Amino acid sequence: MALLRRILIANRGEIAVRILRTCRLLGIETVLAVSDADRDSLPARLADAVIRLGPAAPAASYLDIDAVVRAAIAARVDAIHPGYGFLSENPRLATVCDAAGIIFIGPTAGQLEAAGDKVSARRHAAAAGLPVLPGGEVTGEQQAIDLAARIGWPVLVKAVSGGGGRGLRPVREPAGLAETLSVAMAEAGAAFGDERVYLERYVTSGRHVEVQLLGDGRRVIHLGDRDCSVQRRYQKLVEEAPAPLLAPQLRAQLRQAAVALGEHLRYRGLGTVEFLVDCERDAFYFLEVNARIQVEHPVTEAISGLDLVAEQIWIAEGNSLRIQQGSVELTGHAIECRINAEDWTDSFRPSPGVITVAEFPAGPGIRVDTHVQAGSQVPPWYDSLLAKLIVSGRDRPEALARMQAALGRCQIGGVATTIAMHAQLLGTEAFARGGPDTGYLDQFLRRRGTGHQAAGRLSATGGRLG
Amino acid sequence: MDLTNEDVQDILHVLDSLPFGELSLETARFRLSLRRAGNGEWTQALEILVPPALAADAGAAAGPAEPASSGGAAAGPGRPAAASPAGAGLTDVRAPLLGTFYRAPRPGAPPFVAVGSLVGPDTVVCIIETMKLMNSVTAGVSGTVTEILLANAQFAEQDTVLMRIRADR
Repeated sequence: MALLRRILIANRGEIAVRILRTCRLLGIETVLAVSDADRDSLPARLADAVIRLGPAAPAASYLDIDAVVRAAIAARVDAIHPGYGFLSENPRLATVCDAAGIIFIGPTAGQLEAAGDKVSARRHAAAAGLPVLPGGEVTGEQQAIDLAARIGWPVLVKAVSGGGGRGLRPVREPAGLAETLSVAMAEAGAAFGDERVYLERYVTSGRHVEVQLLGDGRRVIHLGDRDCSVQRRYQKLVEEAPAPLLAPQLRAQLRQAAVALGEHLRYRGLGTVEFLVDCERDAFYFLEVNARIQVEHPVTEAISGLDLVAEQIWIAEGNSLRIQQGSVELTGHAIECRINAEDWTDSFRPSPGVITVAEFPAGPGIRVDTHVQAGSQVPPWYDSLLAKLIVSGRDRPEALARMQAALGRCQIGGVATTIAMHAQLLGTEAFARGGPDTGYLDQFLRRRGTGHQAAGRLSATGGRLG
Repeated sequence: MDLTNEDVQDILHVLDSLPFGELSLETARFRLSLRRAGNGEWTQALEILVPPALAADAGAAAGPAEPASSGGAAAGPGRPAAASPAGAGLTDVRAPLLGTFYRAPRPGAPPFVAVGSLVGPDTVVCIIETMKLMNSVTAGVSGTVTEILLANAQFAEQDTVLMRIRADR
């Protein structure tokens, strides 16, 4: 049991602001670790103190474990909150924190290792009784061809150490496998320092549904599900809770499966189990575990009334869960739109710059998580997330109508944004009906004739965050 | 700063019972403006004015601080005006957007091109990384690379001349 009095936030952007908000409510002092590009950012202005990590490039600042731990020691903090992305799922940071007597707000190093290695995560999921897609690790070309023939085409080549939508490559026919395999292994080696890849059956049409877990190392509960099927190149753009149009039995099975995996891992902290749901067959498959807070956590907060960052801190202090499964009440519906600094009419071309105008909707059922205000810099070194617009209502139609009105009152100047895309996407009949699959956004963009004009010119290698 | 989303909701609640359509509130710490549209719905713009409280550096090994607008590369950023003008018959290859200039597809791989390389209009000559996206830059003309103006991993402003190519006749 250790009461946290001072926390280092080892992250930036909207999640830094989000963590600051809860720390403020709990009376915890905050020290924000910043790169040179973020010294004057909104979270830097909100934090009690700011400490420099290093230059703007992530490898020299937010990804530098030694710099983060040095900052934590210099700032005399009790704990580090890693946010999402960057070092949030890095077992070495957790280990180094332990050695330095600093609490890492997250799972144990062992759990991060079990979840971070995708082959290991698959093995744990299977051991906990979860359905996994047919597949396995591959080391050579012939073995891959044999395995693909057994699991059936098309297949997905995935990096063992990938995650967050990175290191995934579909292959549709045997002829393309050898080349994709060698490129994928080289890329994985460069991006993750781990060349290992594995094959899985590629389900071309399915929904991405995930279950929020909270554990204390002994007991694990779920906080409902979310649908994150609106994706482009494995990057989520719209999320909602609960997942619409799931058969009650399937929903119960998904939640049970996630808790079973959490219990198997004796999971501590906040985590998410992602599933691919094959709606035609009412079947589902384990995808991965995200051992951190996620970008889309506010939709769960909106329907549960919980503060998930406060629960993370409570567990990090060494307490047992203070919520019983039976007392988790999920009411209403919530939708989140990610507003990115990208020109969606030109292949989602990144649009760094200076924010000239930042006006957001306000009112009942509306929450805006953002790190920008007039005058903010949007640096070119980090991801493009500017703001998350989270809207809730008594049911999905009410939340959807509110979101459409709220999007109309969002105004961001100085950079290109995805606001207009959300307004059009949410206006489609398919979205209103609910439950579009992961291929829906691409179809929508193709139909509109935008977003694909210069296909191939931009190639995504960056990470999805949530 | 102690103004939360909940505070704004409370202020809106009070405003809803009053005949005002706009509120501007400025303190030493923040500037809040709330506006009511014709349909009664609110828009807010909040600016935090307090400067960050910068503590000491995390350690000497972190290296010297850079200006906030500059890059993380060893050399200074490449700028549009930094290069000397192109000579006759030379075509500039410019950065399509600001970002980090990479000569190879990944660390340790051979560079896309070197001085003397023959290129076609669609030959990829380098990558500009912006907001975690890798943008391939093509030569645009057929010819020979005569000059590469930036070092690998150097930061480039938009429109910076990256390379020069002697176009075929």
